[in-house]
Amino acid sequence: MAERCGIVGIGQTRHQAARKDVSMAGLIREAAEKALADAELTWKDIDAVVIGKAPDMFEGVMMPELFLNDAIGGAYKPMLRVHTAGSVGGSTGIVAASLVQAGIHDRVLTVAFEKQSESNAMWALSISLPFSVAVVAGAGGFFAPLVRGYMRRSGAPEDTGIRVALKDRKNALKNPNAHLQIPDIDFDKIASSPMLWDPIRYLETCPSSDGACALVMAKESLADKAPRKPAWIHATEMRSEPTMFSGRDAVIPRATLDNAKNLYKKAGITNPRKEIDCAEIYVPFSWFEPMWMEGMLIAEKNEGWKMTYEGATAMDGDFPVNMSGGVLSSNPIGASGLLRFAEAAMQVRGQAGEHQVDGAKKALGHAYGGGSQYFSTWIVGSQKP
Amino acid sequence: MREVAVVAFAQSKSMRREPDRNEVEILIPVIRELREKTGLGIEEIDFICSGSSDYLAGQSFAFVSGLDAVGAWPPVSESHVEMDGAWALYEAWVKIQMGYADVAMVYGFGKPSMGDLPETLALQLDPYVVTPLWPDAISIAALQARLCIEKGVTSERQMAEVAARDRKNALANPYAQVKGEFEVAKLLAEPYLANPLRKHDCSPISDGASAIIIASEKRAKQLAKRPAWIRGFTHICEPQDLGVRDLTRSRSTEIAAEKAGVKKDKIDVAEIYGPFTHQEILVEKALGIGGKTQVNPSGGALAGNPMMAAGLTRIGEAARRIWDGGADRAVAHATSGPCLQQNLICVLEGN
Repeated sequence: MAERCGIVGIGQTRHQAARKDVSMAGLIREAAEKALADAELTWKDIDAVVIGKAPDMFEGVMMPELFLNDAIGGAYKPMLRVHTAGSVGGSTGIVAASLVQAGIHDRVLTVAFEKQSESNAMWALSISLPFSVAVVAGAGGFFAPLVRGYMRRSGAPEDTGIRVALKDRKNALKNPNAHLQIPDIDFDKIASSPMLWDPIRYLETCPSSDGACALVMAKESLADKAPRKPAWIHATEMRSEPTMFSGRDAVIPRATLDNAKNLYKKAGITNPRKEIDCAEIYVPFSWFEPMWMEGMLIAEKNEGWKMTYEGATAMDGDFPVNMSGGVLSSNPIGASGLLRFAEAAMQVRGQAGEHQVDGAKKALGHAYGGGSQYFSTWIVGSQKP
Repeated sequence: MREVAVVAFAQSKSMRREPDRNEVEILIPVIRELREKTGLGIEEIDFICSGSSDYLAGQSFAFVSGLDAVGAWPPVSESHVEMDGAWALYEAWVKIQMGYADVAMVYGFGKPSMGDLPETLALQLDPYVVTPLWPDAISIAALQARLCIEKGVTSERQMAEVAARDRKNALANPYAQVKGEFEVAKLLAEPYLANPLRKHDCSPISDGASAIIIASEKRAKQLAKRPAWIRGFTHICEPQDLGVRDLTRSRSTEIAAEKAGVKKDKIDVAEIYGPFTHQEILVEKALGIGGKTQVNPSGGALAGNPMMAAGLTRIGEAARRIWDGGADRAVAHATSGPCLQQNLICVLEGN
């Protein structure tokens, strides 16, 4: 029933620790202008704006989309602000796409961002309220036990995480927008970096970044006429479950498995490892690559680490993952999910430059958030669905 | 466009302060009531969307705990807007329009009593040049009211009349917080809170939650005797800067009302989210509704303003009038941001 939707413009900022040269408005406008330039469109061609970002306390502004709206041409247009924890960038892309797929708007601009240098994410995540469990020491403190749980159940070699980090950090050297560029990166450098949240080392962790990502989406008849070939949305899916309850598998939650099954069903995919050419997966801590290979049903249970170990997820492997360098190399939190979605679209459009997978026709974009409880994903292709 | 209708609505009492319950505990009975009214199990709801604000809760990811209230197991397809629940309803309506869902549940909740709301809302302003001056929400609204009075758009008396009308209407609303019969002359004798605004010009600070179920045609007919069909649904956002807008009219409401087809036929009931009396007047003017329209039979936001739920509640209150046959055509309005920056219009019909 849904209308076809094509991604006709993609833009992102250069991500870095602190973009002191721009305000929040300047940051999102930079990404939006690049997306419009890619689509060869102007502000007046846009019918609606969808803004996404992670918690407002990351910048210290309540509902900042209200003051940002007109910086991206949203004046006197419909504007929505999405917030679904770490998966928000992905969810934002999905909401924007649904406005086109529902036939409500012809062209939608979506921008997701985070300007972490405005505030302190660790602090914002560590507020303790009466009668609730405090997430102590930021996200790493929450996720480290889940990684340890995965290591125990899968029997994965201890250095799997280091290998993921090495691959992603090498990939980042091919991506001019990546925040962390470490030219002399090697196995020993990661292995000897300080242990932050055992078993997660400093160089197995994502940075705090300022950055934004923007997409222009269009209905089929307009996408057909786009100056560059569009990435077509084949399927989108989201799943959520509560943070904690007795018996919950927090390592590979049911929500990720349900999400994957439904996504592939909608996209007509029966063998994801064979039919998908490459994937941008939300990996804020290295070990989440093998975990989500299992969570996305790409690897068999307890065997996700083998894909990393055997080099399947490397640029020259049979299932390249995080060609851009991933979240480990750039993490403007609210934008990180949309960046995954955008990088997947760039691959099938053949515009990923030095980190392009040759001949990529179908790609997976993935984001997750909260306590491994929010999942949003899409499949994009060079051909129409 | 698919036919989509509002089929069920529940709300908590608007309270100045919920001392004993957190947001989830306020939400649980509201969601339960909605489930009981419709008989829907979690597996029959295809999509869930919520609206809330981290800055009201004083905590990042405050909406996450809302999943505990809906009992999101097995895992659900779910999203969240950092906006009033009325916009969450819009997102759910889009999902039904695209064929992704047939039945959707939407909720909004807020507990502003935990902080100082007018001060907190100063954090919604431009953080580089305006917020550092820390103008509270009442002072900002007072600037707009002063402008409206000096341009002859309204008067302190008209504003007091709106307050008296809404508070009187609220007598029939068991969920309302501020209600009663008030003489306009006595209201005008009250001191100013922020000139020209008096206490009655401002909506109360309220803790509360509300929730709605919408469904596509076939399911709606199964779930409600007289579904409230959504025949126009749109929203528009203005730039925020007070200096670039005409504050004596609500341009975005005018555009949204035009697109939603408000004037295509008579409107029996209008539920307006006016956080301040003069704003209710501005929206009424922007909607262009005539004297035959009953405005805010629930008492509106001036009788109870649970932040992030109050807009959604307007849609629920308008739908209620369709269900009981009291209205054939109703319009509901929601707003967000300083001085009516962003406005949403939902037109509901019984036929």
